[in-house]
Amino acid sequence: MAVDAGFMTPGNRSWVREWLFTIDHKRIGMLYLWSVLAFFTVGVFLGLIIRLELFRPGEDFVGPQAYNAIFTLHGVIMIFLVVIPSIPAAFGNIFLPLQLGAEDVAFPRLNMFSFWLYVIGGGTALVSLFTGGGAPDTGWTFYVPFSAQTTTNVSAAVAGVFILGFSSILTGLNFIVTIHRLRAPGLTWTRLTLFAWSLYATAWIQVLATPILSITVVLIVLERMLGMGIFDPARGGDPILYQHLFWIYSHPAVYIMILPAMGVISDIIPVFCRKSIFGYKTIVGSSLAIAFAGSLVWAHHMFVSGMSDTAVMVFSLLTFIVAVPSAVKVFNWLSTMYKGSIRPEPPLIYALGFIFLFAMGGITGLVLGSAGTDMHVHDTYFVVGHFHYVIFGGTGFGMFAAIHYWFPKMYGRMYDRKQATIAAVLLVIGLNGLYFPMYLLGLAGMPRRYYDYLPQFTELHQYSTYGSWITFAGLALMIYNLIRSRYRGPEAERNPWQAATLEWTLPSPPPTHNFDREPVVTHGPYDFGEVRDHD
Amino acid sequence: MTEHRDYHGAKMGMWLFLFTEVLLFGGLFVLFSVTFGRFPQEFHEASQLLDVTMGTTNTVVLITSSLFAALAVTALQKGDRRLAEIFIGLTVLLACCFLVIKYFEWTHKFHVGIYPGSAAIADWAPGKQAFFSLYYTMTGLHGLHVVIGMAVFGWVWMQIRVEKCTPEYFVALENAGLYWHLVDLIWIYLFPLYYLIT
Repeated sequence: MAVDAGFMTPGNRSWVREWLFTIDHKRIGMLYLWSVLAFFTVGVFLGLIIRLELFRPGEDFVGPQAYNAIFTLHGVIMIFLVVIPSIPAAFGNIFLPLQLGAEDVAFPRLNMFSFWLYVIGGGTALVSLFTGGGAPDTGWTFYVPFSAQTTTNVSAAVAGVFILGFSSILTGLNFIVTIHRLRAPGLTWTRLTLFAWSLYATAWIQVLATPILSITVVLIVLERMLGMGIFDPARGGDPILYQHLFWIYSHPAVYIMILPAMGVISDIIPVFCRKSIFGYKTIVGSSLAIAFAGSLVWAHHMFVSGMSDTAVMVFSLLTFIVAVPSAVKVFNWLSTMYKGSIRPEPPLIYALGFIFLFAMGGITGLVLGSAGTDMHVHDTYFVVGHFHYVIFGGTGFGMFAAIHYWFPKMYGRMYDRKQATIAAVLLVIGLNGLYFPMYLLGLAGMPRRYYDYLPQFTELHQYSTYGSWITFAGLALMIYNLIRSRYRGPEAERNPWQAATLEWTLPSPPPTHNFDREPVVTHGPYDFGEVRDHD
Repeated sequence: MTEHRDYHGAKMGMWLFLFTEVLLFGGLFVLFSVTFGRFPQEFHEASQLLDVTMGTTNTVVLITSSLFAALAVTALQKGDRRLAEIFIGLTVLLACCFLVIKYFEWTHKFHVGIYPGSAAIADWAPGKQAFFSLYYTMTGLHGLHVVIGMAVFGWVWMQIRVEKCTPEYFVALENAGLYWHLVDLIWIYLFPLYYLIT
């Protein structure tokens, strides 16, 4: 069965010019999506190796040095190459202009340049594995003094991070200008989709926080290459300053990861409950509040590093405050579902998985944000469990929900809904199996980053490894289903979910020029009374 | 696709980018203030080793170049392409002057052994060493921005030649000017902090 390929129709020019030098936001978004999924696959296999090594105490597959390199790479790939660009750069690029009724983003060439920076930065990070003194072994945080002293190839890896940061800044900048300048007539700020709002809040964090990371990694390179001694106490420097600078970026970066996922969930839940979102303005406000408050909490990563007690208490309090807007969103989603006409389609299943897993991660975040309990679980597996619940269960599930929600729009075909649902359920079970034992391990005192452990931790580590296999099965089924459906799936309608946002008024996949006539918006994004199926 | 021209959008993008530049240097200014707070006496002593005359000259050179950049924008807005090109040329020329003076300043310091990790300063007080670590990092990064600014002006000059940047649509030159004022502004903070705190 032939499907009109829309913007994906092959043109007359070579593939490289058609795709790698495209300035069409949809194609750039697809390139991001494929690259992110490719890097995600690599990251997943590295994670599986970590879990296999930890199946039994002692050395099984990899030695300590290789183990350090593997968890560093797992972190660098997953954080900088997968999670940060996943939703904003991939789905934001494809769907933000469509949801705004625009022809493209504000700066299409800059957009292409951002993608190229992503490729070059990712390439540099990968090259660091095979060149120099071997793969970096510092963990993705590149803490000094170890990162300044180790003979492994840290300089190349942080250069890659610098370039990726630039890519992220330019994408954020592009989105802010796009949202301000290119909204269709009638699309007032209160008629923006919540996905667009979440990208707006995210973009501000990208623009305001990423430069600090850039300068921090530049300093590592200067420290290594020129022996600057900026973090060396013997020469008047201070290693704690590195941690401050690093987390001033990297804590807000956590919200670059989670806010767009929240936006996706806010778009999906009303559609599958046939009800306008509960508390539109509260959700918008909470996104902006998260972006703002999230920038004030960085030092909760450093409670045990020797800050003053006053600082510890202030940062602990601020950390509690940032939990409030996140909780507000969860209540809004649940209230939207209340007395809704719920259709349990795969996107909604993934969205529900998101809410559950994100709540598991968020609540344990409070344990880490309280200075007293943090002293006990600092740098243990509790932390590992917490951020994997938030990042994999949150951002990862947000991305899977987005893929299943927009798949028919992107490819003009529908996937097997039963398989998609089974995969989602497998993933929820797998993730809990994988990460819940880590909470218990952490409470029992198992430190993170260790490749070996005492025999009393064996049983919990084995549960966790079993969980990783179930997770892998879920991922494999999900990806198999998507790839097969991309070629063989039944043709999808223009608006299979009867959603009310602008992208669903276009053919699937959308044509290169987006809208034939500039749309005029007369109602909000979740006003389903207005939906007419055009097919 | 019709060519998308959005003057306000282009300006907005540039201002956002300038924010990120301010923050990039902001990280270094944080490092400076913390280290200065810990070693006020050593910073005072180390600062005396810098050449105030050269620093002052450079400040005047850079501010003047910023004036020429602004004049170039006005000239193009008024429709005088030729004059705009001359002013851009003068801006780049003064940027070159700045770098040459910086070169002599740095090589002299290297010559007497004042650079991070040198044997000559190994037994200095840590605060004094930190002063020079930060000095080279911050003025070095600033110097890099001067070079980038020169390249940007070169590109805009070409854009005017091929009439892509015109008296009707001059945002490329205006944005280059904005960038140059930022480079100037950062130096105006670096100069007193390093040269005049003694």
